[in-house]
Amino acid sequence: MNNTLLGYRRENGKVGIRNHVIILPVDDISNAACEAVARQVQGTMALPHAYGRLQYGPDLDLHFRTMIGTGSNPNVAAVIVIGIEENWSKKIADGIAETGKPVSYFSIEGNGDFETIRQASWKAKEYVQWASELQREPIELKDLTISIKCGESDTTTGLGSCPTVSQAVDRLVNAGATVFFGETSELTGGEHLIAQRMATPELHEKFMSIYKDYVGEIESKGVDLLGSQPTQGNIAGGLSTIEEKALGNIAKTGTKEVIGVLDPAEKPENGNGLYFMDTSSAAAECITLMAAGGAVLHLFPTGQGNIIGNPIEPVVKITANPITAGTMSEHIDVDVQGLLSRQISLEEAGDKLMEIICRTVNGRLTCAEALGHREFVMTKLYRSA
Amino acid sequence: MSKNGQSTTLAETHSPDSKEVSTHKFLIHHKGDHVGVATSPIKEGEQVIGIYMDDNSEVNVKARGDIPLGHKISLVDLTSDQPVLKYGIQIGLTTAEWTVGDYVHTHNIKTARW
Repeated sequence: MNNTLLGYRRENGKVGIRNHVIILPVDDISNAACEAVARQVQGTMALPHAYGRLQYGPDLDLHFRTMIGTGSNPNVAAVIVIGIEENWSKKIADGIAETGKPVSYFSIEGNGDFETIRQASWKAKEYVQWASELQREPIELKDLTISIKCGESDTTTGLGSCPTVSQAVDRLVNAGATVFFGETSELTGGEHLIAQRMATPELHEKFMSIYKDYVGEIESKGVDLLGSQPTQGNIAGGLSTIEEKALGNIAKTGTKEVIGVLDPAEKPENGNGLYFMDTSSAAAECITLMAAGGAVLHLFPTGQGNIIGNPIEPVVKITANPITAGTMSEHIDVDVQGLLSRQISLEEAGDKLMEIICRTVNGRLTCAEALGHREFVMTKLYRSA
Repeated sequence: MSKNGQSTTLAETHSPDSKEVSTHKFLIHHKGDHVGVATSPIKEGEQVIGIYMDDNSEVNVKARGDIPLGHKISLVDLTSDQPVLKYGIQIGLTTAEWTVGDYVHTHNIKTARW
């Protein structure tokens, strides 16, 4: 394995492994202008999404945190922000500017799409040409923030792909990296196992309070999760109960203590190590929140074959299911089916994953990147005003 | 394309440095677990070997139903409404009587949460 890791060290010292120039819409109605700029200026990427109007309270706070966090992610070199109104566009641009990276904002009201696209395109061209000259430089594993979340799980995730990720998580944390895990709902049945790994009683209490809020929210709707947890895909893959699914899920989190409990899209402030982030278990929402929290590389164990990607955070897929590895091989970066046939050891599977992590850091496109999977999905906490 | 056809293709693509193929057809996470997980499709009436992942010991069970890859086989006799262990931890409750070798899924186990 080539041990030299190369990445982009940003103005604030954070390290990215990609060099995107993004065109970020503040709201749904600015998607068209952002997409027009991205079509006009090659090498830039628009991140269209569905929200940003008439949100309020914690839901609006999360919207801003996700927008600012996405622009601040070290995989992003420079940002163009476009919104219908000036003040929210400026607020997001100002938040991103705190990283020291180039950011400009444009508002459509009073200008129209044409004039906004014209102005933003000039700036985008300047940014992308500037970014294209940035060079990768030597970095270390401790410079990286990595996120983990599995999807379309089955029993092979608990047997193979999640324990493989667990190997990587422990090695990464030992090397001084930062790792995020989340999926609040999919801890049900194993939440006590995560709670007992919290580094302090305060974190234990904070974690249990988030977990109980989530259960309370479900119960307040007068329903339970039978029918959606496990999913139809999970059941087809042999998972029978939410507890069984949770224990497979938790099998990817390694063995380290948890040094922080983060709100959705919140940045870690407690040094390097393993963090829990309160997220949905829906893959696109979860990874979008983790990328907004600063994660630059995602490890995604799958059983039945989830094909998720993210526009700014490369997603590495790992499967131990021999059927999925065969029928969906264009989506699978790391095949560890040898764990089920006992032809490879867990340690060897961990080596295999670490090698792909290093190659992905150094620029190898993941399957999801090569296939154009750019699922950018904002989490919405409740309906708008 | 059938799933069996796919599996056959895959067997041929195993890397050349693979170790000798084991004869087990299911794995068990933890000594004391009530279920094993099929790592190959199992046929009703088949006598199959399972391996415990924590101590590499083997168990031999006669399957009482067809069990697809990734699905569970019972290693114990249990009455209805009993806790079921996998990973050494409860994953639910039986909703019917279990016999060793039974196919285990949503027809005879449910969550203990709801």
